Amino acid sequence: MVELKKVSYSVKDEATGRKQDILKDVSLRFEDASITVITGPNGSGKSTLIKLLMGLEKPTSGQILFNGEDVTPLSVTERAKRGFTIAFQQPVRFKGITVKKLLSLASGSQPDIGQMCNCLSAVGLCARDYIDRQVDGTLSGGELKRIELAMAIAKGGEVFLLDEPEAGIDLWSFEDLVRIFNRLHDKTVIIVSHQHRILETADKIVLFENDRIVSAGKREEMFAKLAERPALCAMRVKEV
Amino acid sequence: MDNTDKELLATIADLHDIPEGSFNIRKNGKLLARNSDKDIEIVSKTDKDGIDIIVRPGVKNKSVHIPVLLTVGNFQDTVYNDFYIGDGADVTIIAGCGIHNDTCDSAEHDGIHTFYVGKNAKVRYVERHYANGSGTGKKVFDPTTKIYLKEKACFILESTQLGGVTYTDRKTYATVGKEATLLVKEKILTDHEERAVTDFKVTLRGKGSRADIVSRSVARGNSLQHFRSDLIGKNECFGHVECDGIVLEQARIMSTPKIDAVSTEASLVHEAAVGKIAGEQLVKLMSLGLTEQEAENAVIQGFLS
Ligand SMILES: Nc1ncnc2c1ncn2[C@@H]1O[C@H](COP(=O)(O)OP(=O)(O)OP(=O)(O)O)[C@@H](O)[C@H]1O
Ligand SMILES: [Mg+2]
Repeated sequence: MVELKKVSYSVKDEATGRKQDILKDVSLRFEDASITVITGPNGSGKSTLIKLLMGLEKPTSGQILFNGEDVTPLSVTERAKRGFTIAFQQPVRFKGITVKKLLSLASGSQPDIGQMCNCLSAVGLCARDYIDRQVDGTLSGGELKRIELAMAIAKGGEVFLLDEPEAGIDLWSFEDLVRIFNRLHDKTVIIVSHQHRILETADKIVLFENDRIVSAGKREEMFAKLAERPALCAMRVKEV
Repeated sequence: MDNTDKELLATIADLHDIPEGSFNIRKNGKLLARNSDKDIEIVSKTDKDGIDIIVRPGVKNKSVHIPVLLTVGNFQDTVYNDFYIGDGADVTIIAGCGIHNDTCDSAEHDGIHTFYVGKNAKVRYVERHYANGSGTGKKVFDPTTKIYLKEKACFILESTQLGGVTYTDRKTYATVGKEATLLVKEKILTDHEERAVTDFKVTLRGKGSRADIVSRSVARGNSLQHFRSDLIGKNECFGHVECDGIVLEQARIMSTPKIDAVSTEASLVHEAAVGKIAGEQLVKLMSLGLTEQEAENAVIQGFLS
């Protein structure tokens, strides 16, 4: 179980020099073997929460616990080794590094062709066409996003942090994603998403607005709430 | 050949044994071994130190190894090698140089290479420079490469220097004829107090000529690199120069690309980007479980691969 205890995160505004709260007193629990989808408007702090969980940023105050252990002071590398695995909203590109190399760095060993094939076909890519490609500007946005997910699968872990995994992925492939999430169902999965189809896979939904969580609860309860306040969630816009 | 020689040969020329076909191995200014065959003939020059390498027209899928070893200090070796590539030939030339210097005096190799590439011929020229040794003596390479490309010729220059070279000043001149192509892939890694200067002067003379020069460099420690290129378009042509550098620690990389469209039909592009390793790249790799140092090495290794 991953637990946030009164986590706040603020930055100093470069222009005015004033403190700006991005997240304030966020307390949340993410149970084992559950999928939580975080949704909410642009700029409400969803990616920031993911980064805090992975250790890319340190909270200004509060604690992050993993199975009772305080992981707040642990570095990214240490958290990765504890089983935290992230797929970024905007994956980075690397000049000269191949898909094969990244998958082997992710899995921590030299994966055989079969394993690489599994990771890539899970995200709808044919291994033969991609393993020797460089993860640079020659990949399309959607391909890069799929490879980012394949890396998370290759790495494995206990806590999966997936930031808008559907962004840039064509609608026809949403079922591939849903299949991946179902495969991860025995882990703690935290997904940021705006898509109704992804929200449907959630056991629990967390709704962000500005710097605080408006509400969190079981999927059905939250669907009912979202229906009352359509402006809060992009999914309503998509549905009309 | 002793173990040092074998190690150097493996590093600079991927040679683990005496190669097949034509080769010329030079050690400390003297000929160590040679084989010359009817397709690729190697003859010693009579007026100065060096060899002529003559590739017969139409020779296909052949390679020639001409590695140079330097294993003593207080030695300066200048060699003049001329390559005559016949029309329609397709060859690979592997020309590394390895210095092993355990002394306090400098060891220097200056290869002056000139290529006359015939019509429709294709050359892949692989040049690896490497140095090691425990002494404080300098290890220096000052190569000069001149390339003349006739109609529809294609020349691929792959030059790599991955460590140990105290000082290098590399000059490359090329004249590219009608519909001929020059491709350059340069990779340089410097560390400590090393200095590396590379200079390209490429004249796109023929109609439809092309040049693509890509330099990737990594400078760490207190090292310094300077990349200079001068691309001149004298006809309807296309030229592209790219200099990509990563600096670490106290190192410094300078890039001075110049392009000169003499003809209004010339299309010339240069790109240069020098900077630290992007923070997001390190973070991504660390999120896979690598330490910061491992992440840095992985980025550099990929960048120079
Ligand atoms: N280092 C920073 N300095 C200043 N502002 C920041 C910094 N990091 C994040 N922010 C701000 O914090 C807010 C939350 O950003 P975050 O990326 O977490 O949003 P998000 O909910 O993921 O949005 P989106 O749906 O667009 O991805 C934004 O307004 C952003 O501009
Ligand atoms: Mg975001």
